[in-house]
Amino acid sequence: MVRLATRIGGLTLANPVMPASGTFGPELAEVMDLNRLGALVTKSVTPEARLGNALPRLAETENGLLNSIGIPGKGLAHFTAKAMPEWRRFRVPLVVSLSAPSVAEFARAAAVLAATPGVAAIEANISCPNLEEDGRAFAMLPDSAAAAVAAIRAASALPLWVKLSPNTADIAAVARACEAAGAEALVVANTILGLAIDIETARPKLGASMGGFSGPAFKPIALRLVWQCAQAVGIPIIGVGGISTAEDAVEFMMAGASAVQVGTASFVQPTAMLDVLDGLAAFCARRGITDVAQLVGMALPARERLAAE
Amino acid sequence: MDTAPSGFAIAQHACPVLESAPVGQRYHRLVVAAPGLAVRTRPGQFCHLLCRDAGGNGPYLRRPMSIWRIGTDGTLGFLLHVKGRGTAALARLRPGDALDVVGPLGVGFSLPPGARRVLVLARGVGLATLAPLNALPVAVHAVLSARAPEDLMAAEFGASSFEAVFDSDGSSAPAAVEALLRRRFERERPDAVFTCGSNRLFLLLQRLAAEYGIPGQVALEQQMGCGLGMCFCCVRDIRDDAGQVTHQRVCREGPVFDLQRAMSW
Ligand SMILES: Cc1cc2nc3c(=O)[nH]c(=O)nc-3n(C[C@H](O)[C@H](O)[C@H](O)COP(=O)(O)OP(=O)(O)OC[C@H]3O[C@@H](n4cnc5c(N)ncnc54)[C@H](O)[C@@H]3O)c2cc1C
Ligand SMILES: Cc1cc2nc3c(=O)[nH]c(=O)nc-3n(C[C@H](O)[C@H](O)[C@H](O)COP(=O)(O)O)c2cc1C
Ligand code: FES
Repeated sequence: MVRLATRIGGLTLANPVMPASGTFGPELAEVMDLNRLGALVTKSVTPEARLGNALPRLAETENGLLNSIGIPGKGLAHFTAKAMPEWRRFRVPLVVSLSAPSVAEFARAAAVLAATPGVAAIEANISCPNLEEDGRAFAMLPDSAAAAVAAIRAASALPLWVKLSPNTADIAAVARACEAAGAEALVVANTILGLAIDIETARPKLGASMGGFSGPAFKPIALRLVWQCAQAVGIPIIGVGGISTAEDAVEFMMAGASAVQVGTASFVQPTAMLDVLDGLAAFCARRGITDVAQLVGMALPARERLAAE
Repeated sequence: MDTAPSGFAIAQHACPVLESAPVGQRYHRLVVAAPGLAVRTRPGQFCHLLCRDAGGNGPYLRRPMSIWRIGTDGTLGFLLHVKGRGTAALARLRPGDALDVVGPLGVGFSLPPGARRVLVLARGVGLATLAPLNALPVAVHAVLSARAPEDLMAAEFGASSFEAVFDSDGSSAPAAVEALLRRRFERERPDAVFTCGSNRLFLLLQRLAAEYGIPGQVALEQQMGCGLGMCFCCVRDIRDDAGQVTHQRVCREGPVFDLQRAMSW
């Protein structure tokens, strides 16, 4: 038997496999047993209701896709009153992804989640635009990222995961700033900004023009980001980006991730998360690895591996 | 809830292809063996198909496809307009190849209580979505609209009673179809109306059905990502109970919506 239990800061998960925010919902319980997962992660919840972006919201690429969904949702009050009871049907720790347009709104919303029974952790989606900084994403710069993280930390005692964006010049600096501001884990990474053009109409294919690139073709970039963050911080990293098989997950863990999230792959293979989980255990068994945590950082250069442990 | 042998309402199936043949110039029919799926499928539901030919070539995402035939022998049929990469890959499948199907998905058609006679208004391949209504215990009269007689596919629709209108002779013009529908509504008033495949015909039927007080439904299409209600890329404007315009997911709240609540697309 391979030990799959995974510690992310103060939280112990039954295994290291979970969904990526925005690509998952309780609807998937009609296809598979969600209680087999290490954690559940909600779509990003925003303080106020949002309609989302203009359509089309998706553009297919070779082995991946661009999305500009725009975080539609009914807002935080609806989430705590109406969505939480549905989530609480499941036994697995619930991670609530939180997105907000300002530092103060992040803090206020985090306080509400801290007072909501059944929330196991907050995943701060700081890839969203900061309206106080000309709409630049919080995660673009170390200072704005740290300001959001520190405000959430002060407002709530819940375990705090922070989801970083590839759309930054220096991910290691952002990672260190988030760690210093009180992040308990980093989720690496959100989608990378991309574009597709319809050459018949000479217009962008997405209603919002640019969109976030995800799926298998995005994997090498996300893997590189995990590798860089693992060498920059001591807190656990949750790897995400293009994972669709157990082999992909093993790569992310070897690059320094303690756990993984599966996003876009679930659109093509609805049970992809279970395939990753079963395959991960099988890989460890085949290689004589008794604890999945032994994979973490295996591929890192020796010096950095020590730092990551 | 009605569940597959796996215990889950929705499942991924590897279905052997039994028939794969072109229909006219632009369409293609696929019939697969799907015993576990066919028994749980309701008219108006759809499947999400992995569009890969036997060599594995095809686009990354699945494509939504209405269930055109629900066989009592455990088969399912799809009728497709060969349009782009996905449907072209499906058309390359041959008997014996496997089709990867996720389903059944979405909310299908429902008949008002006591309905005995319904009218169906279909444009193009929209008739694939409406065809399973023929299996319900009601008399179906169809008005089928197509570009030209060779595109009609009346046999594929399978109704015993139908009228056809065409672009090629002008009979499909909105004013002509309106006159035709008014005649029908006055002579043999249907208990419900159903439509799929054309925004113009939808608007016409919505207006006339409201005028005559006949309930109805429309099957909508929208580009999809997950097909399962998780990504919110497939939304359309639909009026809610209070008449407010809301975004509803075609894959989850639909693809079949109340005729009066749906909006022009
Ligand atoms: C619920 C539902 C049922 C459908 N049933 C049928 C059917 O029975 N027969 C049939 O021929 N077609 C049906 N369609 C439309 C069919 O899904 C599209 O024609 C198909 O996705 C085109 O894919 P492609 O790769 O061949 O074309 P491309 O044009 O190359 O596709 C490019 C992109 O556009 C999307 N797209 C293009 N047209 C449509 C459309 N009309 N609806 C949704 N997405 C679209 C594709 O999914 C893809 O993301 C249905 C659509 C929906 C939503
Ligand atoms: C349709 C879609 C919606 C997404 N919505 C969110 C979201 O609300 N919040 C968030 O933090 N990330 C969101 N993401 C990003 C994913 O969580 C993930 O970081 C990214 O897609 C890379 O992983 P993948 O390649 O496995 O999909 C979304 C991605 C997609 C494709
Ligand atoms: S296709 Fe993803 S929500 Fe409908």
